[in-house]
Amino acid sequence: MLAQIEGSKAIAEAVARCRPEVVCAYPISPQTHIIEAIGVKVKSGELAPCEFINVESEFAAMSVSIGASAAGARAYTATASQGLLFMLEAVYSAAGLGLPIVMTLANRAIGAPINIWNDHSDAMAARDTGWILLFAESNQDAVDLHVQAFKLAETLSVPVMVCMDGFILTHAVEGVDLPDQENVDAFLPPYVPRQVLDPDQPVSIGAMVGPEAFEEVKYLAHLRQLDALALIPRIATEFSESFNRDAGGLVRGYRMEDAETVVIAMGSVLGTLKDAIDLRREAREKIGALGITTFRPFPEAAVADALRSATRLVVLEKAVNPGGRGVLASDVALSVPRSPLSSVIAGLGGRPITRASLEAMLARAASGDLPAVTFLDLDEAAVAAERARLADVT
Amino acid sequence: MFQIRIHGRGGQGVVTAAEILSVAAFAEGRHAQAFPSFGSERTGAPVVSYCRLDDREIRTREPVMVPDAILIQDVTLIHQVDVFSGLSATGFVLINTSRPAADLGLEDFLAHFAGALATCPATELALEHLGRPLPNAALLGGFAALTGEVSLSAIDAAIRERFSGAVGEKNSAAAHAAFDVVRGGVSARPD
Amino acid sequence: MTRRPIRFYQVGSFAVGNRLLEDEERTVQSDAKRTNSIDSGHRACQGCGEALGARYALDAAMRATNGQLAVVNATGCLEVFSTPYPETSWRIAWLHSLFGNAPAVATGVAAAMRVKGRDVRVIGQAGDGGTVDIGFGALSGMFERNDDVLFICYDNEGYMNTGVQRSAATPPAARTATTEVVGPHPGNVFGQGKDLPRIAMAHDVSYVATATVADLHDLEAKVDKAMSLHGARYLHILVPCPLGWGSASSDTIHLARLAAESGLFPVFEAEHGVVTSVTPIRRRVRVEEYLRRQKRYAHLFATEPATDVIARLQAMADANVARYHLVNDETANSDLEA
Repeated sequence: MLAQIEGSKAIAEAVARCRPEVVCAYPISPQTHIIEAIGVKVKSGELAPCEFINVESEFAAMSVSIGASAAGARAYTATASQGLLFMLEAVYSAAGLGLPIVMTLANRAIGAPINIWNDHSDAMAARDTGWILLFAESNQDAVDLHVQAFKLAETLSVPVMVCMDGFILTHAVEGVDLPDQENVDAFLPPYVPRQVLDPDQPVSIGAMVGPEAFEEVKYLAHLRQLDALALIPRIATEFSESFNRDAGGLVRGYRMEDAETVVIAMGSVLGTLKDAIDLRREAREKIGALGITTFRPFPEAAVADALRSATRLVVLEKAVNPGGRGVLASDVALSVPRSPLSSVIAGLGGRPITRASLEAMLARAASGDLPAVTFLDLDEAAVAAERARLADVT
Repeated sequence: MFQIRIHGRGGQGVVTAAEILSVAAFAEGRHAQAFPSFGSERTGAPVVSYCRLDDREIRTREPVMVPDAILIQDVTLIHQVDVFSGLSATGFVLINTSRPAADLGLEDFLAHFAGALATCPATELALEHLGRPLPNAALLGGFAALTGEVSLSAIDAAIRERFSGAVGEKNSAAAHAAFDVVRGGVSARPD
Repeated sequence: MTRRPIRFYQVGSFAVGNRLLEDEERTVQSDAKRTNSIDSGHRACQGCGEALGARYALDAAMRATNGQLAVVNATGCLEVFSTPYPETSWRIAWLHSLFGNAPAVATGVAAAMRVKGRDVRVIGQAGDGGTVDIGFGALSGMFERNDDVLFICYDNEGYMNTGVQRSAATPPAARTATTEVVGPHPGNVFGQGKDLPRIAMAHDVSYVATATVADLHDLEAKVDKAMSLHGARYLHILVPCPLGWGSASSDTIHLARLAAESGLFPVFEAEHGVVTSVTPIRRRVRVEEYLRRQKRYAHLFATEPATDVIARLQAMADANVARYHLVNDETANSDLEA
């Protein structure tokens, strides 16, 4: 059903159609509209049997999800930014215990300085947790990724985080084709846990593992992530057959056919980027984009394959590894070690990424004039003044 | 693509206005995108929302930098915020005020502006029909009259979708009244 | 289990052996069909009060729920010594996630059981660190929401798993690895303490009780009572730790009894924030009798006894006696005077 709907409400609709059984959350901007909308659905009885639990912290939200999932319920939660950091210990625990929890991450910057606006710093904190991280380009994408996320999580017994840009997507009202209940039911079977907390067949879950077996446990988790790289495209294909539209997968190219310069990016900036690329194409520049949908596990082979004929790479991302280049840039560099690569940091803390800035950046890239690391639209004068002030102090 | 920027103050329904406008355009078969200028502003602070209308998919996520139309829900903002920033010289301006445009001190702006500017006493109309000074729905009626980008009937339906029952009824009445006011009194029309 | 006051004096204690009781009044442990929730072979120290407390509490809970029980365990000694992979001592459905989140995980398990239509009861459990310190926020949240979980704190008054460091449940003057016997105020500081049973009562939960491993009939009865109720409930069990307290392994039960009989650890029950019963002290002892048997207080009994510190500890015991009316018998005080 096509609807003009706020991104957060669209996610609530999609999650509701996935029939969650325990939803637990702690409010944090910009995730709030999602859980509010699901809360209404649970309280009205629309999702019965389903429990909605308001807790005292994100740490508790993930912990309740862990308990619910371990006891066999389909568990969902959502958070952002500081909330993800506050629950991070439990985020690792969920992955280590192999619990197929699905969580929306409404991407937001990390303080200090405190900032409620969008970037991808929060997701970077979760990149090595053992969760699968998917990035949505639009609200349609986010909706479709959530439906796939439950299936992916439960097939592999691995938790999945769906990242969508805070405010830019969560608070944007746009047309979204919401999946029908019957289609979702056909696509997503009821959750059958691999191992469950059950007094009739008691098991100990979460035992202490020493040096004699810990590495094997972690290696098995590594293999499961490799399995995910094979499964994600299959689920995407199955989804497109069921819902008649494309979503998910590992990476998605745009005008890559003869592209010499390729911009690699994640999330909603791909929309503005595609507009900018179309304009540069009109100026006969051979430019394309590669959208990373699956950020963890990082699809090295798919990225290398997609970039095999590109001669100039630009990684455009909303996160930074201070003192180094972008985090995604490092991943891409490892995938295509021989290609020259520029890391462009943009949109930190909600700084708008404009089409004009992207066009200028693309022009520089095409002429080979882009440095190894660039902070887009930096206020150079403000930086110089502060550097000068600090130099005076010391 | 037709781009709209709405200026107002926290609590005036600035974000809701953009959303209703997008729903109205969507109902008429167009692609529409509405979003707030995300902030943590409290009641009374200057806030902005955006809306884009197009006949094809809207991919861009940047804020509306070069609007085709500007809706000003609170006239006290016109000398406090650069409300006309990036406005196309042939664009549209709709200001919520009961005063004539000539009294607003906009001579400098108008000297370079070849578009259409209208004023509309949306707050008074809201008070009259709704009993509360919430100008956003009324102003959308004025927007329909000024730009012709959406029909009044689509605005009407979107308002009723957003506000059920009597509240929807009254907001709709205010929008109709604003539509009539603006249709009758657009000033500085380009020739 | 019915509760009948029994006055037998047995080998220097007030304990009553099972063989002196009718079958139906005996402990769950005396029943060959007990669950053995935590089975033998675990790695706890000799004389571990926590292993004993957990065994009694959980076997009683298993009996009370006809085996329909799931347990969520915080990180700590109990978790570490019971599950050295690939072995486990747990014969019950058992889940461990983290140190600070057991109450919230238990909430999640309870929610899932309800959603699944399973009549499975849930216990969360932790040591004092996992309860009064790192798990406190989650526990308070669980209480406030009145989730259907019994939370049990096995209180050995410190972080014993990590090598005996101070927790907010460590008593004043006690030596730990982070409250060493140095400086002008050796041992732990005097503060107002973090009295979790009273904090639990302030949440107005349906049931709060304290118990010790010295009175296992009482402990089982309290678990029974707790499992007969729903909503958030709290049981705080004093479990002496020979390693952390510097006491003899054979002294665990005795020390738990002295803690109660000195008044330092009041044993009581409360419902909806109101104390409904206390276990009276029958032979009141001075705190010295309790303190002297533990190396963590050895600095109080050096050549110059720290009489001022001991007096402050005695005052704490006296305050408990007054607060909970622990002495209701003239004779009980006679030992103290002597």
